[in-house]
Amino acid sequence: MKIRIKFAKYGVMKFIGHLDMMRYFQKAVRRAGIDIRYSEGFSPHQIMSFAAPLGVGIESYGEYMDIEVLSMTSEEDMKQALNRVMVEGVEILSVNVMPDNAKNAMASVAAASYQIRPKEDGSWGAFPAKDLDGRLKAFYAQETIPYTKETKKNVVELDLKQGLYELSADADGTVYMLVNASSSGSIKPAMVLEKFCGSIGAEFSQDAFRITRLETYADLADPGDAHKFVPLSDAAE
Amino acid sequence: MRKLALSDDILMRVEKPARYIGNEVNSVMKPKEQAAIRFAMCFPDVYEIGMSHLGIQILYSMLNEWEDVWCERVYSPWVDLDKIMRERNIPLFALESQEPVKNMDFLGVTIQYEMCYTNILQVLDLAQIPLYAKDRGEDMPIVIGGGPCAYNPEPIADFFDLFYIGEGETQYRNLFDRYLENRRRGGTRQDFLRSAAQVPGIYVPQFYEELYKEDGTIKGRRKLYEELPDVILKELVTDMTNSYYPLKPVVPFIKVTQDRVVLEIQRGCIRGCRFCQAGQLYRPVRERDADRLKEYAMQMLANTGHEEISLSSLSSSDYSRLNELLDFLIEDCSRKHVNISLPSLRIDAFSLDAMSKVQDVKKSSLTFAPEAGSQRLRDVINKGLTEEVILKGAALAFEGGWTRVKLYFMLGLPTETEEDIKGIGDLSNKIAAVFFDTVPKDKRVNGKVQIVTSTSFFIPKPFTPFQWAPMCTKEEFLNKAYLTKQGIMEQLNQKSIKYNWHEADASVLEGVFARGDRRIAKVIYEAYRRGCLFDAWSEYFHNDVWMECFEACGVDIGFYTTRERADDEIFPWDFLDCGVTKQFLLREWKKAKEQTVSQNCKEQCQGCGAARFGVGICYGQNAV
Repeated sequence: MKIRIKFAKYGVMKFIGHLDMMRYFQKAVRRAGIDIRYSEGFSPHQIMSFAAPLGVGIESYGEYMDIEVLSMTSEEDMKQALNRVMVEGVEILSVNVMPDNAKNAMASVAAASYQIRPKEDGSWGAFPAKDLDGRLKAFYAQETIPYTKETKKNVVELDLKQGLYELSADADGTVYMLVNASSSGSIKPAMVLEKFCGSIGAEFSQDAFRITRLETYADLADPGDAHKFVPLSDAAE
Repeated sequence: MRKLALSDDILMRVEKPARYIGNEVNSVMKPKEQAAIRFAMCFPDVYEIGMSHLGIQILYSMLNEWEDVWCERVYSPWVDLDKIMRERNIPLFALESQEPVKNMDFLGVTIQYEMCYTNILQVLDLAQIPLYAKDRGEDMPIVIGGGPCAYNPEPIADFFDLFYIGEGETQYRNLFDRYLENRRRGGTRQDFLRSAAQVPGIYVPQFYEELYKEDGTIKGRRKLYEELPDVILKELVTDMTNSYYPLKPVVPFIKVTQDRVVLEIQRGCIRGCRFCQAGQLYRPVRERDADRLKEYAMQMLANTGHEEISLSSLSSSDYSRLNELLDFLIEDCSRKHVNISLPSLRIDAFSLDAMSKVQDVKKSSLTFAPEAGSQRLRDVINKGLTEEVILKGAALAFEGGWTRVKLYFMLGLPTETEEDIKGIGDLSNKIAAVFFDTVPKDKRVNGKVQIVTSTSFFIPKPFTPFQWAPMCTKEEFLNKAYLTKQGIMEQLNQKSIKYNWHEADASVLEGVFARGDRRIAKVIYEAYRRGCLFDAWSEYFHNDVWMECFEACGVDIGFYTTRERADDEIFPWDFLDCGVTKQFLLREWKKAKEQTVSQNCKEQCQGCGAARFGVGICYGQNAV
């Protein structure tokens, strides 16, 4: 049976990296007594996969993982069993049985939404929070938003506009964005922030922002049609 | 939500921030008001090493069982954070509450190896606690040391208020009750130390003075108060089965050295190898009941979610119900997809069968620890393993499909000759030959056998028969390693043998600390001041700085290492009693020089002195 688990990761847990979160859940599943399926072979491992890795330092209320189980009582029971063995800062938000033919979470990921707040005094440089939305709209209205991404091996020229689906702010200076998070063409919120800060003449430092992932989405639209984003937990329906 | 001691920008800058945030599964949070005693338990090395230590898990859980005590953990900040904390004057904090260690009532430090001594000073320094005990004010925590190195506490005696000699399970409640009583009465720090000195196993170094003869050896000790004990007897658990065991050990987020459930099946060792300190310190052998261990295994796996379990003891093959316990674990664990990591077992048909059930024969290797290359020298060190047993075990293993063998030896053992060293290559070669004799060509999986021969340098330790023995110089050590390498190169099967050896510099320093006295403290202090830290990590070990410090402090290394001690010399640790008498150790030292072996505790009591505890293997047997 395929199970999709949605969880939140916040507080001090934002410092736990992706691989360690996988180890954490492998142990948590054992503690919760979940009848998870193991792979065959000499050193069997749990059938468990994660949707989209989350960077260290980022909080999230929309993380997903898939597991396969041999038996279970109910979705609610499993959610409670897992929540009983969680640490502070990790919370199981939902458990859904998926159809056997459902695409796995990792392959389904199309987009992710983020909320961004400046950490210290809540200001965005010289601009009052109430002007922020207008500034962002102007930034977003550009035809292209070129971005140079440097990796250890090479330098890639990206157009952030292609993968930036929504960008806005509310009156208190909280920014909201929806970006491509798929295996092809994903962009990070920090890239957008960096370019935006540059465009308004504000200094950019990733540490200055509190970034929270709100949700991870699948795209149910047919190829070529307009995006139809739904949360991964609803992607099977 | 807990507030962290370090800001986000610091945590994002350091390697593995998970080392400093606490919050792990089974870590203990308590309401502050409830805790009359705040205890910071420290392993003075990096988190991944410290979190792997069973002793801390035992004491941490045991102390937290008491409602009025909150025990938290502290480890050495890694070099990256160390630097930031110094620059920004951030006081060292405990992982659970994230509050400064200097605000606690106690700072407990487990001292597992000598090379962590500068890290103890780092922890005190970052905690903003004066390094020397005599400089600590009324509001500073009581700094208490324990663990194997506390059996010669003198080189670090100046830095500690108390030492706890022996097994931690027994006297902490007594100590805490005296602390609370002293506080209730409005007593001073000195008042408490006076009271603590009355607790069995507790040593208060500042109440004693070490006196020296003209030749530099120890003349005796002077105590400050009449009521102080002249000799401090170690503490030990009398009933292993019913002693406290942590069924909910803390589960770290990041991968640590010992990332598994650890079942301590027994304490102590019957073997009496003459170089081995643990074999003497933890006498007598006490087993934990196998049925109890089975229960513990199941509960601990359920409480941690660990995917691996291992047995802990000095010599698991000597545990009387090992077969039964392993059969149970293999059965229970395979059902739960839990791996079993087997400790070094004596290689025989049973253990090979057990190993083949729990590990991939093709990938795993077998370990033998002959410790010395010749039978003569193995008799000197009282290591019972014979060449015949090793070769037989190897043949059985090769038939079972194993192709990798690890061999451990020591160089620089007392009475060692070039012949003994040559024996290391010979034995390695014979094992390779057994492979080619045992396994027909068409059945050789990779076509070959791999023997990994490793040597370490022998360091004489307190409370062993070799505490009188001279230690080699660095040059002698390196020459011996060279001879070993040459000996291996000359072998017919040398292509199947890989040779590893340790660095000699750190061994010399360890030798000084192991048998040092109070005059060593100033060298350690000076080395720390000059930046020495994480000496157990070869990339951070600065031998040249250490040598400068010995020079600057006027301390002669040879006095502590290469000098042969007279039979009646008073050692710095003689005021401690680990249960084993000095007469017994001297008898064993003489037998060693005559190449005479001693029988183990199961065969015949050797009258070591530990029978006075009336427990474990000594109980009900014909103990002398």
